[in-house]
Amino acid sequence: MTTVKAPGVWQRSANLRTGFLYLLPSIVLFAVFLFYPMIRTIYLSFFLTDQNGNAAVNVGFENYSYLLTSPAFLNSMKATGLFVLYTVPIGIILSLFFALLANEKLKGIGFFRTMYSSTMGISVAASSVIWLFLFHPSVGLFNRILVAVNLPQVQWLLDPEWALFSIAVSTIWMNTGFSFLILLGGLQNIDEHLYESSRIDGAGYFYRLRRITIPMLSPTLFFIITISLINAFQTFGQIDILTKGGPSQSTNLIVYSIYREAFINYQFGTASAQAVILFIIILVVTILQFKLLEKKVHYQ
Amino acid sequence: MRDSTLKKVWIYFLLVVTSLLVFFPVVYAFMISFMSGPEILQGKFFPEAFKFDNYVKVFDRLPLMKYLMNSFVVSLTVMIGQLVVCSLAAYAFVFIPFKGRDFVFFLFISTMMIPWEATMIPNFFTIQKLDWLNTYQGMSLPFFALAFGTFLLRQHFKTIPKELQEASQIAGLSRFKFFWKVILPVSKTSLVTLGAYGFLTTWNMYLWPLLITTNSSVRTVQIGLKQLQSQEMSTDWGVVMAGVIVVIIPTLLLLFIGQKQLQKGLSQGALK
Amino acid sequence: MKRVELIDVSKSYDKQVDVISNIDVTIEPGEFFVLVGPSGCGKSTMLRMIAGLEEITGGVLEIGGKRANHLSPDKRDLSMVFQNYALYPHLTVFQNITFGLDVKKVKKAEQTKRANEVAEMLGLSDFLKRKPRELSGGQRQRVALARAIVSEAPICLMDEPLSNLDAKLRAHMRTEIRRIQRKLGITMIYVTHDQVEAMTMGDRIMILHEGKIQQVGKPIDIYNYPANPFVATFIGSPPMNISPARMEPTKSGVFIGDTIQVSMTEQQMIAGAARPLLAGIRPEHIQPVVTGTEMGNKVQVDVTNVEILGNETVFSFQVGDREWMAKWSGQWDIAIGDQVPILLGSEYFCVFDEETGELIRKPEGLAHLSIAKEVSL
Repeated sequence: MTTVKAPGVWQRSANLRTGFLYLLPSIVLFAVFLFYPMIRTIYLSFFLTDQNGNAAVNVGFENYSYLLTSPAFLNSMKATGLFVLYTVPIGIILSLFFALLANEKLKGIGFFRTMYSSTMGISVAASSVIWLFLFHPSVGLFNRILVAVNLPQVQWLLDPEWALFSIAVSTIWMNTGFSFLILLGGLQNIDEHLYESSRIDGAGYFYRLRRITIPMLSPTLFFIITISLINAFQTFGQIDILTKGGPSQSTNLIVYSIYREAFINYQFGTASAQAVILFIIILVVTILQFKLLEKKVHYQ
Repeated sequence: MRDSTLKKVWIYFLLVVTSLLVFFPVVYAFMISFMSGPEILQGKFFPEAFKFDNYVKVFDRLPLMKYLMNSFVVSLTVMIGQLVVCSLAAYAFVFIPFKGRDFVFFLFISTMMIPWEATMIPNFFTIQKLDWLNTYQGMSLPFFALAFGTFLLRQHFKTIPKELQEASQIAGLSRFKFFWKVILPVSKTSLVTLGAYGFLTTWNMYLWPLLITTNSSVRTVQIGLKQLQSQEMSTDWGVVMAGVIVVIIPTLLLLFIGQKQLQKGLSQGALK
Repeated sequence: MKRVELIDVSKSYDKQVDVISNIDVTIEPGEFFVLVGPSGCGKSTMLRMIAGLEEITGGVLEIGGKRANHLSPDKRDLSMVFQNYALYPHLTVFQNITFGLDVKKVKKAEQTKRANEVAEMLGLSDFLKRKPRELSGGQRQRVALARAIVSEAPICLMDEPLSNLDAKLRAHMRTEIRRIQRKLGITMIYVTHDQVEAMTMGDRIMILHEGKIQQVGKPIDIYNYPANPFVATFIGSPPMNISPARMEPTKSGVFIGDTIQVSMTEQQMIAGAARPLLAGIRPEHIQPVVTGTEMGNKVQVDVTNVEILGNETVFSFQVGDREWMAKWSGQWDIAIGDQVPILLGSEYFCVFDEETGELIRKPEGLAHLSIAKEVSL
């Protein structure tokens, strides 16, 4: 008597259909410009290709075995690793230091915050051109300073010993703006009461930093470390403008290497294999990050 | 009392020194942009006079106005595209419960693990086959869908009380109207954040425009800078720096205006 | 106005245990009907099923004589006030009030007229241009109310609308909501966990516990004749004192301990025969033994706690292993540890079947005072 006629499948799937409709633009775009090309890249990495990027000869894992024995590629991997090591830790520590300074409640702090975040508004191309001038062997600022204090000049971008370091310095500068902004936001999300209660307990600045600020900031730190690592692996613009991968391949970071292999040498197969390796590295790094850090991160 | 004054002096000292260091390259570039060749060779810091010769020259040597326009069109298109695509997706993730939503969400997360550079080769050929090289759509469409943007908005949408949706349901508002008339206006701040972020990152994009622009028709200022720098190498740094200043002014302004907003919004998106 | 009828309604999630079951109730047109129960009893779910915000998994819901199970919320001709008010933060008070009218494409002039009337009624006229965040809690509550009233829907649902207000304002809004409901004659279904709200506002109240109806009726009947021990302890503050009782057939009554006797009729004795029983008495029915008190359950108790509330005195004492409370009007000079003689009038007791909860013995001789009889003019 009181049985309820169950609504039909069409009616019950109403949410599914509308939900799908709202997600459709994203899904289509991801499919066309991310998932398909990723699969295509993996596919191409097993082939030799013609000039138009069509698969020509299936060579199995030969592209990979070629890369893994090629001194040029191994050198590029080493350079990339060193570059990540140079830029990420120092960049984050520096940004954290700036963010801690800029989180103090002082008059005119807004001005300083703007200064610190300014590099986020400066493109990689513009930054690189500015640093190109700073590094210039004769008119550049750094060599002028070295001369002024009677030190030998350095061929910042032309000396294989120095080039990667120089690129790293400029990159750290470029990235501080964004990291600073995120970290400052994280610091400001920390509940003021925590500091007040610790002050009543008589905790000093560094004690508070160690026991409250850093643990409470850990989710933000975790986020920015992940992003910085990924960004470092994706470095391209500054290489293209400052060194073009040279001198003697010392700054041929992986994305630049992919670019050259594909769009200058037209070796799309080996370029794709490199792209797959980049993908795997980033995948592993992100997963490791999550596995290692998430346990230690303090979420509220 | 004296302790805290001493501390303040210290902090101000550190603030001034470090922020000057950070901002110095920009100021320096600004100064250089007003100098003539000989002045630069002398290694001065302040130019003799703030004359706009270099700026006139840079607009002469490059179709810089055209490039600026292109950058502006592309950045604006990507910004609007991202806002539309991401807000629709975020809305579904928060307000439309359906089976398999978690799986789709996982799919979105997984896109963050794919570095865009790993897909650029097939993407280049896709755009080429569509005959979209040197077009605005080729420059902008691949960047409309953005997992980060979707998360950022989802984060904000989740703070909107469910009762708002229920009240609208009782009032008889359709799904799309609820999205349009309630959710979007209520989320103005997040939309502004994402918009600024999208504009900024697109304006500063380098590798993609480098690949798919072969002439000046849609070429952006960033590639213009590369052109300028390779043309002018070692001869006229003043002109190059004038170009740099012209290119960074729009984004610096955007950043200075929206710094507070951007910092709040982005750090919210960071903590999901 | 409209009748709301629930016929054997139930609700389950994912085909699992029913969170609400066997709800059979008719809410009459123009009635102020209160759903009350402890948190998690299913009262909000039930309200949301009536609103159409939750799917009904079993039974039939009829609104105005028409089956409404699958009607969308806006087709049910009702308005709703939410606990957190659900005001649109980006709209002004005026826009919030007219939002629903705008959706239903009511003419602008008509919208303005109705909004102004309602705003006038609720004292919101000066705030029409403000945004919700610029209002106090009480004002926001009024806006939510105004939004419901302006729709002129014949049925209004309210989900704990007063729980975010402070005590004083809450008391004020109770009377105000009641006044408006009477004036407009709308059917009101009101959810609350607060038994004071239920008692003071409802024409009828329904007590829900663990998804099941415990009792439906007029507040005073429920207070006097609670259908089971749950209702007896849920309604009334302090709650009814209840202890296990045992039957003594020879003495035609039940006993709590050895001293407290509750007399029962023959019929009641049969109904409760050979079953575990509970007997209960309301704190205000425990009386002081004063000179001239005739016979009854006179007991000496040790006071374990005292609260003097100005106009009344509440003290606790031990009966068996239960703590009982007594409420006497006036200020009594009692201290913890005192021995106080009390009178437990046999007639005031309820007796329940412990297993089924059924009320076997109703209290008798409850004094209904009427102005005509008691007050000399």
